[in-house]
Amino acid sequence: MSGPRRPTDPPGLERYYVLTGGRSGPGGSASTLDVATLIISRAAAETGLQHEHEEILRRCRDPLSVAELGAHLGLPFNILAVLLADLLDAGRVEARDPIPASGAGRGPDLALLEEVLSGLQRL
Amino acid sequence: MDFKGFDHPDRQTAGGTRSVKVMIAGGFGTGKTTLVRSVSDIKPLTTEETLTQASVDVDDLIGVADKQETTVSLDFGKIGLNEELVLYLFGTPGQERFWFLWNGLFKGALGAVVLVDTRRLASSFRAIEEMERQDVPFVIALNVFPDSQDHPVEEIRDALDIPENTPVVTCDARDRNSSRDVLIALIRHLKERSDSALEPR
Repeated sequence: MSGPRRPTDPPGLERYYVLTGGRSGPGGSASTLDVATLIISRAAAETGLQHEHEEILRRCRDPLSVAELGAHLGLPFNILAVLLADLLDAGRVEARDPIPASGAGRGPDLALLEEVLSGLQRL
Repeated sequence: MDFKGFDHPDRQTAGGTRSVKVMIAGGFGTGKTTLVRSVSDIKPLTTEETLTQASVDVDDLIGVADKQETTVSLDFGKIGLNEELVLYLFGTPGQERFWFLWNGLFKGALGAVVLVDTRRLASSFRAIEEMERQDVPFVIALNVFPDSQDHPVEEIRDALDIPENTPVVTCDARDRNSSRDVLIALIRHLKERSDSALEPR
């Protein structure tokens, strides 16, 4: 029996504890997640998944940043990261980290900066 | 392999979309959220991080009960730069002392804008210090409030001890074009830094 979510869901920390099964931080694949990392669904939001997992898969059919997901789902970053780690490990979502201005040993990315500049100039 | 019910697994829009991020820093009330709002394609949203201060080793010193919870909020917006590139703007939390708790807040950012209210220069000292300490390239944007006095940029550069090669621009954070121009100034600055880094010595 899993009815729709009610406002009586446990608040705050209790709710997070339930959501994450008591885990306080992501490990492995999700430990590099950034607020600007884009999440893209790679599987259908099948029934039987945890409500929040399902919600993430549904919202990320088009790429959505971790920050936007957190805002829409009302979850703090560290809690969301735990849920995303589950989905990443199961191959249900793909994560794309933001492109840095320069990569290790690769020097400044002038082409990227040029692309950002022309995008801004078109605004 | 058949993803039943997954309507568009190969959708083109998801194809190569990537993101970049720019941080908007500055003291409390300098207009960070205003700037994000004026230039963003979406209504600015807020994302949070819950921090447990137990990780900070100060509790014993002040004798406060452990495990105090602190929530740090980031207001953010986004700008679609082209079909495949999205710029996210994050307004940093006003309490700079918590920045270091949010791991990697500045990591992966192209750079930062530090907003300064010329009526209260001191409120942005800490933000400038943090940028320098974390080695984040930045530009200074003097947010001109209606009752701001007209300060020559060089005077403010001296007062804030801004290095010669860091641009100082003025803006009206409420104005979309003006805020966009601040971002353009930042990207130009990043390009110039790159050019000089590439020059043979």
